[in-house]
Amino acid sequence: MSAISASEKVDGFTRKSMRKAQKQKKSQGSSQFRTQSSLVELSPLPQLKDAPSTEQQDLFTQKLQQCCMLFDFMDTVTDLKSKEIKRAALNELVDYVSTNRGVLTEAAYPEIINMISTNIFRTLPPSENPDFDPEEDEPTLEASWPHTQLVYEFLLRFLENPDFQPSMAKRYIDQKFVLQLLELFDSEDPRERDFLKTILHRIYGKFLGLRAFIRKQINNNFLRFIYETDHFNGVAELLEILGSIINGFALPLKAEHKQFLMKVLIPMHTAKSLALFHAQLAYCIVQFLEKDPTLTEPVIRGLLKFWPKTCSQKEVMFLGEIEEILDVIEPTQFKKVQEPLFKQISKCVANPHFQVAERALYFWNNEYILSLIEENIDKVLPIMFGSLYRISKEHWNPTIVALVYNVLKTLMEMNSVLFDELTSSYKAERQSRDREAGQR
Amino acid sequence: FHPAAGPSEPKMAGADGDDSLYPIAVLIDELRNEDVQLRLNSIKKLSTIALALGVERTRTELLPFLTDTIYDEDEVLLALAEQLGNFTMLVGGPEYVHCLLPPLESLATVEETVVRDKAVESLRKISQEHSPVDLEVHFEPLVKRLASGDWFTSRTSACGLFSVCYPRVSSTVKAEIRQHFRTLCSDDTPMVRRAAASKLGEFAKVLELDYVKSDIIPLFTALASDEQDSVRLLAVEACVSIATLLPQEDLETLVMPTLRQAAEDKSWRVRYMVADKFSELQKAVGPEITKNDLVPAFQNLLKDCEAEVRAAAANKVKEFCENLPEDGRETIIMTHILPCVKELVSDTNQHVKSALASVIMGLSTILGKDNTIEHLLPLFLAQLKDECPEVRLNIISNLDCVNEVIGIRQLSQSLLPAIVELAEDAKWRVRLAIIEYMPLLAGQLGVEFFDEKLNSLCMAWLVDHVYAIREAATCNLMKLVEKFGAEWAQNTIVPKVLGMANDPNYLHRMTTLFCINALSEACGQEITTKHMLPVVLKMSNDQVANVRFNVAKCLQKIGPVLDNNALQTEVKPVLEKLAADQDMDVKYFAQEAISVLALA
Repeated sequence: MSAISASEKVDGFTRKSMRKAQKQKKSQGSSQFRTQSSLVELSPLPQLKDAPSTEQQDLFTQKLQQCCMLFDFMDTVTDLKSKEIKRAALNELVDYVSTNRGVLTEAAYPEIINMISTNIFRTLPPSENPDFDPEEDEPTLEASWPHTQLVYEFLLRFLENPDFQPSMAKRYIDQKFVLQLLELFDSEDPRERDFLKTILHRIYGKFLGLRAFIRKQINNNFLRFIYETDHFNGVAELLEILGSIINGFALPLKAEHKQFLMKVLIPMHTAKSLALFHAQLAYCIVQFLEKDPTLTEPVIRGLLKFWPKTCSQKEVMFLGEIEEILDVIEPTQFKKVQEPLFKQISKCVANPHFQVAERALYFWNNEYILSLIEENIDKVLPIMFGSLYRISKEHWNPTIVALVYNVLKTLMEMNSVLFDELTSSYKAERQSRDREAGQR
Repeated sequence: FHPAAGPSEPKMAGADGDDSLYPIAVLIDELRNEDVQLRLNSIKKLSTIALALGVERTRTELLPFLTDTIYDEDEVLLALAEQLGNFTMLVGGPEYVHCLLPPLESLATVEETVVRDKAVESLRKISQEHSPVDLEVHFEPLVKRLASGDWFTSRTSACGLFSVCYPRVSSTVKAEIRQHFRTLCSDDTPMVRRAAASKLGEFAKVLELDYVKSDIIPLFTALASDEQDSVRLLAVEACVSIATLLPQEDLETLVMPTLRQAAEDKSWRVRYMVADKFSELQKAVGPEITKNDLVPAFQNLLKDCEAEVRAAAANKVKEFCENLPEDGRETIIMTHILPCVKELVSDTNQHVKSALASVIMGLSTILGKDNTIEHLLPLFLAQLKDECPEVRLNIISNLDCVNEVIGIRQLSQSLLPAIVELAEDAKWRVRLAIIEYMPLLAGQLGVEFFDEKLNSLCMAWLVDHVYAIREAATCNLMKLVEKFGAEWAQNTIVPKVLGMANDPNYLHRMTTLFCINALSEACGQEITTKHMLPVVLKMSNDQVANVRFNVAKCLQKIGPVLDNNALQTEVKPVLEKLAADQDMDVKYFAQEAISVLALA
C-alpha cells in the first residue's frame, strides 16, 4: 500500500519524484530461478594453487562442476555458506584461466561451456516495471550478480586465453550458444549487457564460421524490435558491435550488407526509444557511407521518409545525424540530395520548438557544410530563403532570431544578386497576399 | 514521394478534351501533392474515381497506375490496401477480381506491419470472390510467389493466405499448398515461423483429418519445441484448434505430450500462454483429460514461480471450475483448487491478488451456500482487507454474485470499512471506481443502511478536489434518486445540495448547479420548481462569471421540467438579464437557453 503521506502530495497527486523513489527501492529482481530437485550444501574443495600440478586439472574440473549449482539470490538468508564457497571457487577459476598456460585441454572445453551455460542461460523474467523508462528509471538489477559477474568474467578470460582454440571450442560454442547469448542482451541490467557485448565481439572475432550467423541473428532481433515488440534492451550494445563489424566489411559491399542498412538500420529510426541507441546507430550509418558513398542518397531519402512528425527531441537527433552524414558526404552526392534535404532543413529552422530550429541553424557553423552550400547556392538559397526571412521577423525566441540573422548574412555574402532578387520577389508576393487577404 | 512515372500516366492525363478524364487528373494531381493529408484523401476517394472511370478503365489504367505508385507513406498505403479489398464491383465483378492482385501483392511485401496485415486481409476477402478456376490460375500462384519471396515480409504475408485458398482448389494444388506451409514452418527467420505458427490452427481447420494427423501434428510438435519461446507460445494457441479437430482417442498420443511440455516450459511466456488459454484448452481436450492432466497442470500454474503466470491462471479459476465435469466437480475444487486459491489470497504480488479478486466471488454460485460460508467467506473478507485498493475494489465490484448465494448482509460488517477506505483513497481513479458501485451497493444494502453509513460519503465526493470525482458524484446522486425515489431525495440530498449554493468556493457553488442538472428530471416538477429553481435564479447574481453562465446552462437543462408559467414569469426575466451580462460567455449561453426554450 502506498506509503506516501498526504503532506507529500500536490493537490491530491503524488509528486513524480516521490513515485519514482518508491519504485526504485523495489527494483531488485532475480531472473535466476530454476526448480532444482534438491539443493545440496556445497563443501569447499582444496585451493587450486595448493594442489600438486598433476592433480590440478582434475580439481579444475571438480570446481567447474561445483559451480553448476544455482542459488536463489532473492532469498538473502539461506545457503549463505554454499554461496560463499561458489563465489570463492569462481574467483579461483577466473584466476586459473587467466594466469596459467596449458590448462585448456580438450577435455576441459565441454566442462567449461557446461558451467557457463548452466549459470547464464535463462529466460529473462518479466519486467517489474512494464512502462520502464530507461532514461528516467533505475534498471532492475540481476540479483544473482555476485555469481553471474564472475561467470561472465571467466567466459571472457577463457576466450582471451592464448591457448584458446576456436577449432576445439566450436563444437560447444555453436549457433545455439550464440542464439542464447543474444537473447540475454534483453537483460535490464546494464552490467550484464556490457559483458555480453565484449563477449559476443570476441566470439565474432574468433569464430569465422559463426560470423554470418551472428549478423543474421542480430538482424532478426532488430526486425523483431522494429516491427513486433518495440522493446529490446540491448539495441545499443548490439549496434556498437556492428559498428566495428561494418568497419571491417570488404569492398564492394555485399548485397546482404546493403539490405541490412536500408531495411533494418534505417527503419530503426522509427523506434520510440531511439534516444537510447541513436549515437551507436548514427555511427553505423556513417560507417556505411564512408565505405560506400553511393549509398548516401538512399540513406538520406530513407531518413527523410521517417522524419519525426511530432517528436521534437527525435528531430534534434535526426538533425545531428544529418550533420554527421554531411561531414563525410562527397560533393557529387550532395548535389543528388540537396533539394529534398534542404526542404526538410528549411522546415526545421522554422520549427517553433527552439531546440529544433537551433540545431538546424548550427549547420551554418560547419565549415564543410558551408562550402557545400556555397557551391550550390543557386539551388539551396531559393529553398531556404522563405523560411529564414519569415522567422527572422516572426520567431518567438530571440536566440533563434539572432542566429537567423547571421545565417542570412552568410547566405547574402555567398550570392548577393540572388539574395536581392529573392528578397524583392518575397516582398512582392507577400504584399499581393496581404492585399488579397484585405479584399476578403 | 516519387510521382508516378509509369507509362500509363500520359495516357490518363491526356488532354484530348474528354471530360471523363477530369477526375483521374485530379487524383493524379492530389497523389503528387506534398501534403500527405491530400494524398490520403485522394486515396480514400478512390472508389468514387473508379466509378467515374468505369470498370474497364479502372482495370486498364487506374490499377496499373496504383501498382506503380507503391512507394508512398505507410498511411497512404494502408488506406490503399483497405480500399482495394472493396473494389471487386468497381473492376467489373468476380470475373475480373484478379486484376486487384498485383497492387495487393506489392502491398503484402512492404515492411510496415499494419500495411502488410491490411493487404493480407483484403486478399483474404477477395479470395472468396474468385471462381475456383481463377483461384488456381491467379490467386494460388501469387501465394506461391509470396511464400518463396526473398525478404521475410512476403513469406510472412503468405502464411495468412493458405487457409483461404486451400478448400477450393484441386488436390494437386492442395498438396503444393501443404508443402509450402511446411517449408514456412521451418523457415530460418523467426518472424516467418511466428507467422506460420500463428496460422497453424486456422490452416488445420481447413485440412482433411488425415492430413491434420500426417502434416499438422509434426509441424505443431516442431513449432512447440522451437528454440525461440516467441514461436513456442504461438503453438499453444494452435493447440486449441488442433485438439478440437481430432477425435478424443487421438488426443492422448498426438496432442497431450506437447501440451504437457508447454505447461512446464522453461520460459514463463509459454507457461503464461498456457494459463491464458486454459479455458479453451479445457474445452478442447474434454472432461477425461481435464480431470487427469489439466487439474494438476492448473495447480502448478497457480503455484508458478513467476507472478505473471500465477495472475493469468488466477484469472481463469472461475471458468476452469465452472467447466469441470459436474460429477466430481465439487470434490476437485475442494481438494485440488481451493487450497491453491487460499494461498493466492496472500500472494506477494498485487496483480495476482487482484486477478483472483476479480473472479473469486464467482465460485460461490458453483459451490453453493454452505461451502461459500465455510470456505469462501473468510477469503472474501481477507481480500476486502487487502492492502491493495484494486483487490478490494474487485471484490466489491463482484458483490452481486455472492448476493445471489448468501446475501450481502454476511459481508456488510467488513464491507463498510473497505468502502470508506476506498472512498478516501489517495488515487482519484480508485475513488472514481468505488463511486460507480454505489448505486449497486445501495440497492443491495437497502435505504436504511445507506442513509446511516454511506450517505455522508456520497455528499463528501461532491466537494472532492478532482473534477472527475465531483462529476461522477452528481451522476451517482441521480442514480440513487432513481433507486430510492423523489421523496427520499427531497428529505436527504436536496437540502444538502442546495446548501452548497452559499459556499464561499465557486467550484462548490457550481456543483450545486451540476447536481440540479442531473437531479431535476428524477425529482420531478414539484421539487424542481419549489426548491431548486429559486436557488438557481438567485445564483444568477453570482460574482463569478462561470457560475452565471452555468446558471444559464442549468436553466436550459431544467426548462423542460418546469411549467410554462414558471418559465415565463421566473426564468425568462433572469435569462434576459443574463443575456445582457458584460461577460461574453454568460451572454452566449443565456441567448442559447432563450432560443432553446423558445422564450424569445
